[in-house]
Amino acid sequence: MSRIIKRTYLAFILFFLYVPIVVLIFYSFNAGKSRAKWEGFSLHWYADLFQDAAILKALYVTLSVAVIAAIAATVLGTLAAIGIHAMRKRPQGFMMTMTTLPLTMPDIVTGISLMILFTFARIERGYFTMLLAHITFNTPFVILSVMPKLKQMNKHTYEAALDLGATPSYALVHVILPEIVPGIITGCLLAFTLSLDDFVISYFTTSPMVQNLSTLIYSKARIGIEPTLNALSALMFLSLLILLLMINRRAARAEKR
Amino acid sequence: MKKIWIILIALVVVAAAVVFFVVRARIEEKVVNIFNWEDYINEDVLGMFEEETGIKVNMMNFTTNEDMLVKVRNSPQSFDVVFPSDYAIERMISEDLLAEINFENVPNLQYIDENLLNPGYDPGNLYSVPYMWGTVGILYNTTMITEPVTSWGAIFDPQYQDSVLMLDSPRDSIGLALKYLGYSMNTRDPLELNDAKDLLIKQKKDGIVKAYQVDEIKDKMAAGEAAMAVIWSGDAQYAIELNGDLHYVVPEEGSNIWVDGMVITKAAKNKENAEAFVNFLCRPDIAQMNCEEIWYSSPNTEAVAMMGEDYTGNPTLNPPAEIVANCEVLLDIQDFIEVYNTVWLEIKSATAN
Amino acid sequence: MTGDNVSVLMIGGIALILFGFAALVFISVRRSHGFKRSFFASPYTLWMVLFTVVPVLLITYYAFTDSTGALTLDNFKNFWDSNYSVNQLYRQMGPEYEVLITRGYVNIGILVYSLWMALLCTAICLFFGYPAAYFMADRKMKFGAIIVVLFVIPMWMNFLLRTIAWMSILEDSGLINTVFHLLGLPKVQLMYNNTAVLLGMVYNFLPFMVFPIYTALTKMDYRLLEAAQDLGANPTRTFWTVTAPLSLPGVVSGITMVFMPSVTTFFIPRILGGGNTMMFGDLIENRFLFQGNWNLGSALSLVMMALILLSLGILRRVDPESEGSGIV
Repeated sequence: MSRIIKRTYLAFILFFLYVPIVVLIFYSFNAGKSRAKWEGFSLHWYADLFQDAAILKALYVTLSVAVIAAIAATVLGTLAAIGIHAMRKRPQGFMMTMTTLPLTMPDIVTGISLMILFTFARIERGYFTMLLAHITFNTPFVILSVMPKLKQMNKHTYEAALDLGATPSYALVHVILPEIVPGIITGCLLAFTLSLDDFVISYFTTSPMVQNLSTLIYSKARIGIEPTLNALSALMFLSLLILLLMINRRAARAEKR
Repeated sequence: MKKIWIILIALVVVAAAVVFFVVRARIEEKVVNIFNWEDYINEDVLGMFEEETGIKVNMMNFTTNEDMLVKVRNSPQSFDVVFPSDYAIERMISEDLLAEINFENVPNLQYIDENLLNPGYDPGNLYSVPYMWGTVGILYNTTMITEPVTSWGAIFDPQYQDSVLMLDSPRDSIGLALKYLGYSMNTRDPLELNDAKDLLIKQKKDGIVKAYQVDEIKDKMAAGEAAMAVIWSGDAQYAIELNGDLHYVVPEEGSNIWVDGMVITKAAKNKENAEAFVNFLCRPDIAQMNCEEIWYSSPNTEAVAMMGEDYTGNPTLNPPAEIVANCEVLLDIQDFIEVYNTVWLEIKSATAN
Repeated sequence: MTGDNVSVLMIGGIALILFGFAALVFISVRRSHGFKRSFFASPYTLWMVLFTVVPVLLITYYAFTDSTGALTLDNFKNFWDSNYSVNQLYRQMGPEYEVLITRGYVNIGILVYSLWMALLCTAICLFFGYPAAYFMADRKMKFGAIIVVLFVIPMWMNFLLRTIAWMSILEDSGLINTVFHLLGLPKVQLMYNNTAVLLGMVYNFLPFMVFPIYTALTKMDYRLLEAAQDLGANPTRTFWTVTAPLSLPGVVSGITMVFMPSVTTFFIPRILGGGNTMMFGDLIENRFLFQGNWNLGSALSLVMMALILLSLGILRRVDPESEGSGIV
């Protein structure tokens, strides 16, 4: 009995989470533009999607910013984590506080403070400033995913490697790096997704000329949603689902072995 | 394992190079950067311009004059051609943001209605070329509002609960309240402004207002989401095209009549391209294309002649003289805008009930 | 010099710095001894100073100056009494305008409203999120892992799109009202009110409440539960004496992760609330982007930051171990 209650409850919550997504996808197949009436099945919004230069450009901007920002943040963050880990207690604590503080700052304040900085330094806002902003908010997340791995690592392995005649560089690459790779990958993926989904910070750090998907959706949504955006979200949802299924399958296969 | 470092360095360099070339590519192209209202031009026109001149058009949009002013002030070099309204042009001239247009590059000025040249907001007509003009009025759905609307009083009438979409733009909305009370839309008397504020807060507390929006209004009205809306004439015409139940009226107390001009910023990086663009938009066939897409009134006499009865017979596009005579042009109120802003925020943050 | 050239120079400069740094690391790594690992943190330190510390200092600078750059506290006075500046103007204009001088509650009112909405949102998320996390963490639940994934997927979709989707459900001509119409029921006004805004907020932030609690519950030692039961505690008592205290860290970080972004929500009131109400985020945006008043906007941002740090401090009191950062 209690099991049924539990299942029903979870199903109810999941229903709540998925209703808007289902509605979005449903209307992407609507022939008409209306959000209310069903005017027949059609795929033409999908065709339109691939001809809409603004959406394609925004997609390019979003993906390229996410990739570059994730890579840059991973490099910067991993190096920083190794560096901070090697520090003595006091400076280490200080650096960690400085790393967690920006995370508690509201997005809107981060975005606005960067906007002020760019305006103050007379740097024209656009692709480049958005990229800088993304690297800035991504890096702490990478540090926070790498740090626990460094802490878990047995300190003495590194020293043992040195005692056995390894150079610090050899020890770094062959002893430390393999231990923290999972953390680096998690951090990189986290940075990529955060960057992909960011709206607030991009909104304040880019010009109306260079738009990513979020800012484009924002400016379009105010006029009325275009069904092409529904089509886009349906495709995004689908590719996400496939990606997750693939990861799950790989994990399952790995488990079997 | 040195390889890892080499790969990392290579990655960083590649990333930097990609960004570098993206920006460079943007510089080397012949471009013109346009800053326009949302949905305020026929997209096909841009393609034709690019094809004929080889100049690439970058289009950016704004929502209200206030929004536009802040952005242009902060980065004037980002925009070549801007489409502000009358009082905003006046403001930009006084802030020294605009460049004088070299009219030798704009021969198509000859098609523009002479009555609209040399306006009060741009004495001597040095900085601007009229693009469109129009009025502010009430758009209502005749299936939901059975009595004919003639006065601003309709949007303050408590019998219409949850029915009115207001313009989220301080000068327009406070302006119409002032007009309803019999004051000037350009008043700098705080007492008059206070009356307007009380009226608008009462309207909200009475539960008449459904939402405060700008660009969304025309689609919401076309979809039958609200019974009445304060709206610009072109947006009204656009919604009427989609939904035959809608009717547009300029209230009898008078309203705002406005002109949106094309101006070139002082910091413009592509001034000649900008002038070519302005000239292109003044070409009668292009002006006609734009007019038939966005349904605002055109200052282009030649284009108007080409559209004939479709245009002249439409009271929304071509309002009768007695209505125009009753309307007022918004003027730049300079620092007094702070009082308008304060009043507007007070209205927006008032609790509905 | 035009902005584009500056950008190119900046990109070139930064690429050069990065390259130079990479080269330095490369050299020092090759030279076997005598390099400090803590040196690795230096580019990040530089980056943080440039893009986090300096911007915050700039906000502070703008908050304490007026438009001419002179030191002043007027921005904070304007925050406290939103009519402060216009009152001064009225006073200058003459005695007949003195009747208009009143205290303005715009900023304070919006702040209180935002806090109230955030509190409500957090409470609702906790109320619905805790049982969800509790059931998911149940070891007898067969598809626990899959359900967790199902909770993650919606978060990957663009939150703007998901919020806009609610619009097509709640509108007068939306899904619910269409169904009502078919059933012959009267039209209901679902959009443009506080409930709609709250719904949008709960929808966006619910997963942030579920995950930390779920993590805390799965980490819990189940032998404790068995021990409690063996000692004769009934399930209710076991829950309140064992499970609830042990899941407290998860609850605290869940509250943190929901409350913080809720206070500064913007966009949701505009889409689902129709601009009838403003939240503190909307106010800050309005001051910066529509009024161009950077000084007042900066003061508001500082107030916001102070408030967040204060509430973090309080939460840390409740649970000293969580460090207030359940974010990762």
